[in-house]
Amino acid sequence: MKAPLATLALACLLTVTACGGGAAPAAQGPQPLRMSIWTSNEAHLKLFKDIAAEYRKSHPRVGEITFDPIPFENYTTTLTTQIAGGNAPDLAWILENAAPDFVGSGALVPLKGKIENAGELVPAATRLWERDGELYAYPFSTSPFGVFVNTDLVKAAGQKAPRDLIKAGQWDWEHANEINKAVAAKGKNGLTILNFDYKAWDNLATVWQGWGAKAWSDDGGTCQFNAPEMVEAMTFLHKSIFTDKAMPGPGTAVDFFSGDTAMAVAQISRAAMLEDATFTWDLVPLPAGPKGEYAVIGQAGIGVLKKSPKAELAADFLAYFTNAANSAKLAAYFPPARSSLLTADTMAKTSPMLNGDQLQEVVIDGIEQGVVKPSHTGQAELAQTARAALDPLWKPDADVKAVLDGVCAKIQPLLGG
Amino acid sequence: MTATDLREGTAARPATRPPRAFWTIPRRDALVGYLMISPQLAGSVLFVLLPLGLVGYYSLQEWNVLAGTFEFVGGENYAKLLADPNLGQVLTSTALFSAGLVVLNLALALTLAVLLDQKLRGTTFFRTLFFSPVLVSLVAWTIVWQFLLQQDGGVNGLLGLAGVDGPNWLRGESTALLSVVVVQVVKNVGLNMVLFLAALQGVPRQLYEAAQLDGAGAWTRFLRITVPQISPTILLTSIITVVGSLQVFAQIAVLTQGGPGLSTTVLVYYLYQQAFQFRHLGYGATLSVLLFLIVAALTLLQWRLRRKWVFHES
Repeated sequence: MKAPLATLALACLLTVTACGGGAAPAAQGPQPLRMSIWTSNEAHLKLFKDIAAEYRKSHPRVGEITFDPIPFENYTTTLTTQIAGGNAPDLAWILENAAPDFVGSGALVPLKGKIENAGELVPAATRLWERDGELYAYPFSTSPFGVFVNTDLVKAAGQKAPRDLIKAGQWDWEHANEINKAVAAKGKNGLTILNFDYKAWDNLATVWQGWGAKAWSDDGGTCQFNAPEMVEAMTFLHKSIFTDKAMPGPGTAVDFFSGDTAMAVAQISRAAMLEDATFTWDLVPLPAGPKGEYAVIGQAGIGVLKKSPKAELAADFLAYFTNAANSAKLAAYFPPARSSLLTADTMAKTSPMLNGDQLQEVVIDGIEQGVVKPSHTGQAELAQTARAALDPLWKPDADVKAVLDGVCAKIQPLLGG
Repeated sequence: MTATDLREGTAARPATRPPRAFWTIPRRDALVGYLMISPQLAGSVLFVLLPLGLVGYYSLQEWNVLAGTFEFVGGENYAKLLADPNLGQVLTSTALFSAGLVVLNLALALTLAVLLDQKLRGTTFFRTLFFSPVLVSLVAWTIVWQFLLQQDGGVNGLLGLAGVDGPNWLRGESTALLSVVVVQVVKNVGLNMVLFLAALQGVPRQLYEAAQLDGAGAWTRFLRITVPQISPTILLTSIITVVGSLQVFAQIAVLTQGGPGLSTTVLVYYLYQQAFQFRHLGYGATLSVLLFLIVAALTLLQWRLRRKWVFHES
């Protein structure tokens, strides 16, 4: 009986060993690549697929290249779950708030030597993605926030269009608030900050930066939520929401792109959703705050995961995907980090939905003077803790200063102090 | 065994005795039995026991997913559990959620079952109506309710018709928890209702007739006959509902994401946050161990208490 049992055990062992070897790439045949992305917009996907198809013509070793959209709300969580479950993509789009964790942990493959003409990447765009002089993700989209305006609604409310206010030197938060208040009084929605939904508070940087406020100190060690600038900014927001009703309150679903909202703070990649808009729209810079004009940038990088057994191929594809020629194509939706492309003329050729003024004021100027949204090591826990502590602010009778003191009490231990 | 026995044994062994067959009937029966249960056994080992063991193992590690490091930290995650400043609030939210869900679900399911057990016109329609949410996709159901519970949603619209200014259901600390409980109860009450209906139809009619002859009223008949007779089903539904209430996740993820504050952050959602959002996988596993112990303790308690209140068991 022992011999057959031993044979059976050996057979099982060989089978298991053979299965275990599946993690390594097959020696022959084209190798497929998978990139995780957050967008499922058809225009974005078509552009990505066209570039991938072009690449495959000259790279027969690479098989199908799939772009795997993950919903934005849970993007980083889903991506890290895939990594933990042994289903890591070869390449991944990484949002700016996760950059410190991904770059700092050594999860990404160094790229500096592979990226075409890496020297022309704007330093402000690469800062988040570098460590010890090495580049760990290509700063794929350096996208300043602007304000999309439904000019039909603004006119219907008897208000001056933001572009007229810009010409008159009056485009600031007070004037913007008056417009939104008037639109809301007519039964439509005033201002919405995309993806904020009274949870993703880091998007409020697009407002508080106008007051010179910060979530934490530049070295990341001290909470600044209860600093006077932040208290003033949040008091403005609170009044705008609950007194002026210029912003839809918490628990209200709003969609700018359906046409019932006057303004939306968003990045230019959202312009693709306005292709079939039934209303006239404009894109203008963020209104000035008490500290003057300013810009806020959202960033995303694309990195190659070290866990990928095809990391070398993936890095090669990333180099092609982001070379100067393809960056120019991608600039239609994702502002490039290459200085050679950052001119209104060049970008106007690739961004048919935006005119020269919009590109100059929002994109070119925005990238030059913009501040990146807050990001910190352990951002997910920090964001969640601050979210819970900020919740009492979104009530009509909130004590703004007391709530912000509470936020600092909760997040200071996570900042390391 | 003595030397005499050995000698006798040796002497008694007949030289020509045929070898005993290996595949005796009991052995063949046993093999068939093992083969029959082997798929279930393999499934239990692979998908229940192994993951359980792994969770215990991971709770002793610190696993940095991004860096790909795996470090043994012993009882550190358990020490962190005891010192976690959020855990008190999370357990309170969990207890309130479970208590609310279990009481509302069982009370409503039993009431509906008793009403729909009457021989009246239209009961089939109402049985179908109350059971149908069980078949609806959970996430779709929850998203629809998210719209209904908005500040300017359908629920407040109805309240407005009655002249009532409804609250912002998902943004208030007490109303958010209540909202999640109600959404879950409406979704699943039909399942318990059907189980209760089946139990009610098994109660011998002559017991009611005898009680009625003795002058017992409807309430007395319900308390003295119905409840004892269906007590095994009450035990079953209460165990299922308690365990289910501790595992509610999708509704909270869609409706409130644990907020406002930590008011709807129940233990399952908290362990999801720790393990997958904050990437503290070791600590997440430790919270899973805690959840397992709570579920096991509550189930055991209910099982023990059945001796006191379950009238008969088969």
